[in-house]
Order: sequence, then structure tokens, then C-alpha cells
Amino acid sequence: MAGQPTNVRGTPVRSADLKKGRVFTTTYVPRIQYAWDTGQAIGRYLEELKNGRLIARRCNNCQRIMIPPRMFCERCFGPTHAWVVVKDTGTVNTFSLSYVSWDVRRLKKPEIPAVIEIDGASKGMGILHVLGNVSPKAVRIGMKVRAVWKPAQQRTGSITDIAYFEPIKGKAPAAKRTAKKPFKAKAKKSKSRKRR
Amino acid sequence: MNGRVGIIGIGYTAAQPTTPYSSFKELMFEAAQRAYFDAGIDAAEVESFVTCAEDLNTGLSIFDEYTPDQLGAVQKPMHTLTQDGLHGIADAVMQIKSGLVEVVAVEAHSKASNILTPDWILDYAVDPIFNRPLGFNPHALAGLEMNLFLHETGITPQQVSQVAAKNRTNALRNPLAAYPARLTADDTAAGPYAHYPLRETEMAQTADGCVVVVLASDDKARAAASQPLWVRGIGFANDSPTLESRDWVHAEYTRIAAQMAYRMAGITNPAREIDFFEVDDTYAYKELQHLIALGLYPNRPGEAGRALEQGLTRPDGKTPVNVSGGCLGLGWTLEASGLYRIVELVLQLRGQAGPRQLPGAKMGLAQSWRGVPTTSGAVAILSSEQKPWE
Ligand SMILES: [Zn+2]
Repeated sequence: MAGQPTNVRGTPVRSADLKKGRVFTTTYVPRIQYAWDTGQAIGRYLEELKNGRLIARRCNNCQRIMIPPRMFCERCFGPTHAWVVVKDTGTVNTFSLSYVSWDVRRLKKPEIPAVIEIDGASKGMGILHVLGNVSPKAVRIGMKVRAVWKPAQQRTGSITDIAYFEPIKGKAPAAKRTAKKPFKAKAKKSKSRKRR
Repeated sequence: MNGRVGIIGIGYTAAQPTTPYSSFKELMFEAAQRAYFDAGIDAAEVESFVTCAEDLNTGLSIFDEYTPDQLGAVQKPMHTLTQDGLHGIADAVMQIKSGLVEVVAVEAHSKASNILTPDWILDYAVDPIFNRPLGFNPHALAGLEMNLFLHETGITPQQVSQVAAKNRTNALRNPLAAYPARLTADDTAAGPYAHYPLRETEMAQTADGCVVVVLASDDKARAAASQPLWVRGIGFANDSPTLESRDWVHAEYTRIAAQMAYRMAGITNPAREIDFFEVDDTYAYKELQHLIALGLYPNRPGEAGRALEQGLTRPDGKTPVNVSGGCLGLGWTLEASGLYRIVELVLQLRGQAGPRQLPGAKMGLAQSWRGVPTTSGAVAILSSEQKPWE
């Protein structure tokens, strides 16, 4: 059998041995459950997901607009200052084509996790989600995408209220980013972004 | 640089049965901000960070990955101990004494209210082959220990009930406490048995909360905004945890930890030299067992019960114990329990303990235990005065 060590003597255990009680086993199924408090930042974020929009927090000290939102700025070590509604469009920062499922099944059609830099949030600020309605071969870093929301009555205040992000048709990778930027300071910076 | 280490700042939230308005990160951020403000420093001045957390209590694997942002620890040395917070204090003391860094922040918190199946998590801590298949609630291990402890020491169930009443009542003077109640020993003795001879009223209830403690080298401590408290002694130890053959009577882990701390502090008669004690009382009998292990009653362990009856361990007694309310009154805050003991020591030694202030307190001892089924403990001795010969 491939992969079996050749330097070990003995008899391999087969599943039939386990079923017929030929080897000693013990079984324990833990019942471990949590109900995590969302607190302020996550709570508001989820509430807005249910409303069908993305919300971020701004730090007035470093001027970053952070998503997912947080009540503290990890760079300035101070409180963040304001809620900012951002767009539900963005740019693929990085992605993977995942051919093995979470329970280790081989997939013919890959899952496509991606970090999406959200329009209106600061550079490098994005949310981790999945891409859909796109051929795996067509996915590119820098691709413009938009959120595909579940119908309002199906939304529960969860990251999965966005079904997936899909490419914005007719938009070249990383094109027209300046037009999406709501803040002047950020709009200037976005020039360098084009060449990334 | 000499080897002295001072506590220069503390930050904390009140212990509360639930804290739905804050995520664990927001709770930690609040405590950290308070601690750095108290110390008169910026987060940027903290050179190293220690957090104390058990993954299964947080519901997150590799919990150290979830801590830097809200402590100001991004791109800094940091690690998480799966220990009580007092072990974190010992860790920080070693980092500073070794000369590695000069300012360390230690954090521990509890979001016990978020754990929906606490007894199952406790069950996960007992041996899967020998013990778990038997199927009884793991808190019964405390019942096993208490039974032999009473049998061997002559301490009575009434005295244990009195510990619970004392600590719940002490908590009335502590605004941080989650479970203050004006109770008598008769009240607590009327509670139903949870795990005979242990009554429900003698088991601490969990609470949420967070504590951050900032420690610093001698030079940094002298320049701090608040009065520094000196870590005069620190110790930690484990006994054999095997349930089938462990010592149920003596808290050896605490005796050994205390010996380490006494040796470091040069203490030979703890009862006389230390002004007050904050010790683990997750189960009421543990307060007495731990005091015995700390060497307060060297002649006969049964004296622990008599001293209690005579009121010697009350706030107005000769040897006040758990003036804060302990885990019974303040709440059992999981890994943060040892740090809430430190908070009480610091407040008392600074003279900031308000209505429960002990007059003239100059030296205090904090002791922690990791809870059933462990034999893991730590001891810290703090003083407002440095050792004269240092
Ligand atoms: Zn900032």
C-alpha cells in the first residue's frame, strides 16, 4: 500500500476490526457551545449587513476607514471615532482557487475565497468573502467586484447575508477606482494602486 | 539595573454576570486603556505582552492570534499562557529580571457568560480513558476533595459555610463585585448540596471581566505616574494531577509556590509579616485549604476553621482574607481570577480601596488556583515598600 511505512512490523488496524470490537476504543463527543457577545463594532456591522449595506469605522488620528469595523485603532491604540457607510463594491486583493472542501473532499468546481478591498474603506482594508458567478479561470487580482446580497427576508445579520461577490461586467481590472473613492485624500493615493 | 520589579499600573472592568455590550476585544481594550493611563504611559512604551487564556474557554483555537490589536501589541513580542493570570505576572517578572525588557503588560479576561456548556468544557479537562466514561459532573471532584479535607483536618461543614457568608458579605463593599450579598453562615448552610459535602452556596458563580497589569523595571517604576507596588515574591507549582493517587488534603501546589515566594521575599512568618491575603475560594473550603498551604496555621490545620470562627480573617480581624469578596463574592472570572486578586492588593496597598480599605496595609499576598481538575497554583507577594537591602 502506497505511503505505508516499510520499517514498522505489525498488523494494520482495519475498520472491520473496529466494528467487530477486536481493538479497544473509547468514544467521546464533546458538547461545546458558545454564544459570543458581538459588542458594539461587530453588532452594528451585522445589523447593517441585515440592512443590506456595509459599514466601517474611521480613526480620526490616522484617518483610516476600517472594515470590518472596530471600536479601537490597532495602530494608534485609541478609540475609533465615527461610523462610515461604505460601498458594497471593491477590488480583489488576493484570492485562491480551493479544490479541497473543508471536510477534505476533492472539488471539481473550486471554491474561491477572496479578500476584497472595499470601495470607500482605506487601502488594504477589505473583507474576506467568496467569489461567485465567475469562471475560476477568469478571476484576477485587481478585478472589480460587487456584493450579491441575499433577498432581504432571508438576511439574518451574518456575513453570509452577502451570498458572494461577482465581477462587475465591463470593468477592466482595477479601472475607474478613482471615481469610486469618496474621500479626497484617498483619491490621490489611488493612482499608484492602478499599477499594482 | 537591579532585579526589582514593580507594578506601575492596573486597569480593569467590574466583574459582571454578563457583558453583552462589549465583545471580548472591546473589554480588553477598555482594561488596557485604563492600565496604561494609570501607569502614565502610552501603549507604545510597553515592550512585551502576556495574555492568559484557555482556548476552550474562549471558543477560539490559538487564542494568542486574537489579542494584539486591542492591547497595542501589534508588531511586538507577545504570547499567551494557558494559565491563571498570576502565572502571567510571574512570566512578566522573569522577562524584566532577565533584562530582556523593562515594561510588560499582563492581561487576562473572562467571557464565561458566552460559554453555554461550561460543565462540558470542564469535563473535557478530565482523563478521557479513566474518568470521562464514568459520566459524573466534574465539579464532584471538589466534593471528593472537600470530604477528605474535612475528615482529615477536623474543619467543619459549618465553618465552610461561614467562608461563603464572609466573602459574599465582604463583596458588599466592593463595587467591582458581581455577587455581593448580606449572608450569614446559616443562610449559606441552608443551600442544597451540589456535590456532597459541597453545597451550591459554597461554589463561586462565574463572571465576565478583564484585568490588565503593567509591570516595570526599577528605573521605569520609579518614574511611573502612580505609586509603584513592588513584587517582593513570586512562585508557582503543580502537584501530580492524577485523580486516582493525588493528595486530596493538602494543596501542595500552593505550599510549594508559597515557599518559592517567601524565599524570594525573605519571609519566615507569613502570618505576622503579611498584612492581608487574597486567596482562591472557587469553592468555599478551598480558602481554608489554601490558607493552610500558605503556612498560616503551621501547628494544626484545624486552626484555620477556628480562626475563621473567631473572626480573625474578617476585614477587621488580625489576618484579613478576601476583603475583595474573593471568587465567591466578586465572581469566578476564569483565568482573570488571579489578576482580580492583584487588583485588590494594589488598591489596598495604594490606599485606594475606599470603604473596605485596610488601615496601614503594607504587604499583601495573592494566591490562585486553576480550578478542578488541576493542581496548578501561583503566589505573588506585593509591598508598598522595597526590601531595605535591595
Ligand atoms: Zn488610527
